[in-house]
Amino acid sequence: MSDNLKYTAEHEWIKIEDGDVAVIGITAYAQDALGDLVYVDLPDVGRKVAKGEDFAVVESVKTAAEVYSPVSGEVVGVNDNLSNDPELIKKSLEEGWIAKIKMEDAAEIAGLMDKEAYDKFVAEQDH
Amino acid sequence: MSAEAKVEELTMRTMNEAAGEGGRGLNYEENLLWEKERSDHPGVDLPEPEGMALRTGRPARETIGLPQVSEPQVVRHFVRLSTWNYSIDHGFFPLGSCTMKHNPRLNEKMARLPGFAHIHPLQPENTVQGALKLMYELQHWLAELTGLPGVCLSPAAGAHGELAGMMTIRRAHEAKGNGHKKVVLVPDSAHGTNPATAAICGYTIRTIKTSETGRLTLEAFKEALYAGQDDGGDVAGMMVTNPNTCGLFEREIIPIADLLHEAGGYFYCDGANFNALVGKIRPGAFGVDVMHINLHKTFSTPHGGGGPGSGPICVTEELAPYLPVPTITCENDTYRLQYEDEAGRPESLGRLRGFVGQFGMHVRALSYMMSHGADGLKQVAEDAVLNANYILSQLKDDYHVPYEGPCMHECLLTDKMQKDQGVTTLDIAKTLCERGYHPMTVYFPLVVNGAMLIEPTETESKDAIDRFITVMKEIAADTAAGDTDKFHAYPESTPRRRLDEVLAARQPVLNWKE
Repeated sequence: MSDNLKYTAEHEWIKIEDGDVAVIGITAYAQDALGDLVYVDLPDVGRKVAKGEDFAVVESVKTAAEVYSPVSGEVVGVNDNLSNDPELIKKSLEEGWIAKIKMEDAAEIAGLMDKEAYDKFVAEQDH
Repeated sequence: MSAEAKVEELTMRTMNEAAGEGGRGLNYEENLLWEKERSDHPGVDLPEPEGMALRTGRPARETIGLPQVSEPQVVRHFVRLSTWNYSIDHGFFPLGSCTMKHNPRLNEKMARLPGFAHIHPLQPENTVQGALKLMYELQHWLAELTGLPGVCLSPAAGAHGELAGMMTIRRAHEAKGNGHKKVVLVPDSAHGTNPATAAICGYTIRTIKTSETGRLTLEAFKEALYAGQDDGGDVAGMMVTNPNTCGLFEREIIPIADLLHEAGGYFYCDGANFNALVGKIRPGAFGVDVMHINLHKTFSTPHGGGGPGSGPICVTEELAPYLPVPTITCENDTYRLQYEDEAGRPESLGRLRGFVGQFGMHVRALSYMMSHGADGLKQVAEDAVLNANYILSQLKDDYHVPYEGPCMHECLLTDKMQKDQGVTTLDIAKTLCERGYHPMTVYFPLVVNGAMLIEPTETESKDAIDRFITVMKEIAADTAAGDTDKFHAYPESTPRRRLDEVLAARQPVLNWKE
């Protein structure tokens, strides 16, 4: 994955577009833990989400996992292609993003991990 | 056509076309009753009614679409379907967190006594004194074993017991003017029903993180308790399973419960894993305020398709007034059902279920308790823990053990050592089906990647457990040797082969026919 992304402890990646839009997806670690994906429940465009709130659900053969928003703001776009092909999540950032959230407070991303910190975090997780 | 292709073709034919008359060997195929219908095979042969006036006001329908099958066809249909089932009466059933017990036949004999089997819940109390006495005795045994004196038998299953328990807590908070307490603490390793129950009761869930030892720590608990307000004043209670879903005893539970109580919260203990403790310690002694008991797990009443569950709840004296109704009381050797009227428990949260719960399960559970006695129940717990630790000790070099033992009544392994060879927990579970075993619980608890939770029944012999261990060791050895292709194809000997779970989840066929 590219180096200018931000990461959360809940295994989401965040890419900032146009200054204040957070594009959110789930990391390779989360994809691997979930296994074969069967369904993605997407939020409605226009929905307001608070930081830490779950806004989407990724369902696999094993389990269903909530996706938590790392930022507060409004959903301004969702990746409708995932409805037909949930496995796209694993393909690339361009094809596998889940939602775009227009941030109310761009400072919120400051506390998130960069790639190095996240890789270290994952290594510790895998006991 | 090659021999292999021919077998495949024949198999497909018997699966798809033989309409219930084929199968492989004595492994019968069986279609739906509707697919057996033959217009010349009516199920019954009655004469046309004559000289009877039409009473319904409109002509009878020509047909109501029921399948026309004869009695022998119906009998074969259900007997064949029953041969597809796997139960504890077939063999080893190590499904973690489920306590699949042997159901002693004595319990069935007791439940079939006409004085228990043929009574009606609307009979006058003075005609069912024996049944009421039995329920009173069961309340007494549950109170004694949990150290929690208030007992309500009516919840119909484990999750219903959880709901009854959390509603009792909510009722108590309301009665004490603590309705502002809106947060329930739940560990991240909890059964999914715990947070679901709290949410249904209107509470917000706050997660307690499991430590790297697989247990709760006082520090993690404090972090969750005081996350909202400095004194934990917003916390209504916590829901904890002990032993937890990793099969480990929560060693810091007493100081945790003390802090919770200081903050004015109640401790709900999920009784799913009570089998490991029964007769050994009373949960009331480690600070539990409310606990549900799965009679169908700990006290051996049939479950998993074998019968209804039953989830009585036990509470402290302080919470007893708020329990659901009815409960059973005894005065001067007369047993009565107590309701929320003035003479009973006016502060009760009310009725949660018709009548008094799964009475047949009450009979079986009390029969199990009385036939084992206090010493026998203690041995049940000891044997359950011994069996699980034996499996853990034998498999710890073949499979990754995420949390160091000893464990309680179930042991936790993962597929970490097999995953690099492409063999996952799912493959191991499917291979156990092929080898004639019900798989363990897989991918639970969620906090452990590739979890395999193994709970051997305490009544299994050492030989039976050794055979299971041998199969598990073979799977690990073949994986290590690179002989892994077969693990992705198993099971092959079952009525249905490896199913495409992804396709089934993505495009489920929910209608019999369009």
